[in-house]
Amino acid sequence: MTVPNLVGAGLIVIGAGIGLGKIGGSAMEGIARQPEATGKIQTAMIIIAALLEGLAFGALFLGK
Amino acid sequence: MTKILRKPNLVLTTLFILLLNSSLFAKSDEGHDGAVDTKDEVGEYILHHIKDAHDFHLFSYTDSHGERKHVGFPLPVIVWSSKGLTTFMSSKFHHDDSGHQIVEANGTRFVKLHSKIYELEEGAEAISFDETHHPTNAHKVLDFSITKSVFGILLVGLLMFIWFAGLARQYKKKQIPTGFGRVLEPLVLYVRDEIARPNIGEKRYREFTGYLLTVFFFIWILNLLGLTPLGFNVTGQLAVTAALAIFTLIIYTFKGNKGYWGHMLWMPGVPYLIRPVLAIIEVAGAFLIKPFSLLVRLFANISAGHIVVMSLIAIMVTMKSEMGAVGATSLSFVLSFFITLIEVLVAFLQAYIFTMLSALFIGMAVEEHDHH
Amino acid sequence: MEQLLNDFSPGLFVMQTVLLIGLIFLLVKFAWKPILNSLEDREKGIQDALDAAESAKKEMQNITADSESLLKEARAERESLLKEARELKEKILADAKEEAQKEGDKMIAKAQATIESEKKAAVADIKAQVATLSIDIAEKVIKDELSNKSKQQKLVDDMLGDIKLN
Repeated sequence: MTVPNLVGAGLIVIGAGIGLGKIGGSAMEGIARQPEATGKIQTAMIIIAALLEGLAFGALFLGK
Repeated sequence: MTKILRKPNLVLTTLFILLLNSSLFAKSDEGHDGAVDTKDEVGEYILHHIKDAHDFHLFSYTDSHGERKHVGFPLPVIVWSSKGLTTFMSSKFHHDDSGHQIVEANGTRFVKLHSKIYELEEGAEAISFDETHHPTNAHKVLDFSITKSVFGILLVGLLMFIWFAGLARQYKKKQIPTGFGRVLEPLVLYVRDEIARPNIGEKRYREFTGYLLTVFFFIWILNLLGLTPLGFNVTGQLAVTAALAIFTLIIYTFKGNKGYWGHMLWMPGVPYLIRPVLAIIEVAGAFLIKPFSLLVRLFANISAGHIVVMSLIAIMVTMKSEMGAVGATSLSFVLSFFITLIEVLVAFLQAYIFTMLSALFIGMAVEEHDHH
Repeated sequence: MEQLLNDFSPGLFVMQTVLLIGLIFLLVKFAWKPILNSLEDREKGIQDALDAAESAKKEMQNITADSESLLKEARAERESLLKEARELKEKILADAKEEAQKEGDKMIAKAQATIESEKKAAVADIKAQVATLSIDIAEKVIKDELSNKSKQQKLVDDMLGDIKLN
């Protein structure tokens, strides 16, 4: 792995981390506000997190 | 005996152990001594582990004569070479993975290099490499071997068949299953009620539940099997996840209704100039991005999990000089213990997400669109 | 990317596809179909049982309501019957009293009439006897007195005076 590759991987991880944090935070907020909708919020959260994860992995592998 | 036969799990386990015992073979390694001590060796070992293997290797040790012994059993190699289908046992490679051990079968010569089988070209006596360590006088063959992964797939397939056909048989006699079926039934209900039904819709979920159930349990059991010391890494093989993702792709492509194709190719409700652009994006999404994200996610999560767990276990080797044997071992144990707990969760989560997204994609393809 | 493509094993891909097709086929045929069918049957059975219990409960409620209304009706019936009977009794009593009164009155009237007629007959009889007796007496007296003219006259006068008394 060359240095640009590593920097790129780091950038991807930073971006994905910010995204996952936002998703998780918003989901927690939603759950706190409406505890009865926990199941629905969790499902939606996992789907969005999975999509983001797919994107991040795609980018990581393109750079590998 | 008949009482034992009634418990297929027990029989299977016993058979498995018998198989291990009867075909255990210990052979001395001819290349380097095979011990994993340095950082480079650890890295190589881990990278070797996450690849597929042609034999079932359990553990290695150095005997009293200073010889390195490997314990495991060989698996059959089935390759499609230039001379047609060729089969031999992987024990002929003598655990060589560097391309030096040449096996002659069916008039052609084979070598194994980084878990891949190469066919030497006519007249070549030994494999030679170019400067990027690519072989120059050998080419890859189509490898249908019963590799470790295929063995794992067969094992899981057999397990699933025994478990779920057994569960199905139980229902013939009674309303509520007993024994292990009591564990399986809520899982089946979970997949049906939490994954298939809400994502596909009440009308058509029935026809896809079978596929979703199969895929869910297949991935989950294989993920968990990967966490055992048996060292399977089946769901961390790109070929396996690609096949799974392509199954989902085929299902939602062929089951997609008129509304699905209409929305993909000629999106209603947007200006005509934008429609072709949207169509390109939608087609790329349906045929490339969706399956790619499915296959890469599973592969990457499981591979990354294996690499992390093995790296943490390797701390007890690599940090020995800095922390002493006890310190390195306890640090390694604590870290790998907790990461393994997380991996157990990931094993379920990845199976859930794969099934969930498959159900979601299928649901998008078969949902009834209201007319615009 | 290149390394990933290098790691990709087409043979394993083919094996996985074939095995997965087989596994899906076998499991759908021998496991999922019967499992899902029996699960659905069981759920349907439970739903049916619940529905049946619900309808039985409703029926029970209906029956209770029915019996209650029946009871009420019966009570009202009894009430009205009793009332009727009481009225009838009173009416009968009143009628009987009236009848008796009437009968009594009639009898009294009849008795009075009889007494009256008897009295009249008796009076007439007495009158007739008195008349006969008077005639007889008169005859005797006349016979006796008529020998003497003055006496005759005196007699006639006396008798006339006597008759006036009655």
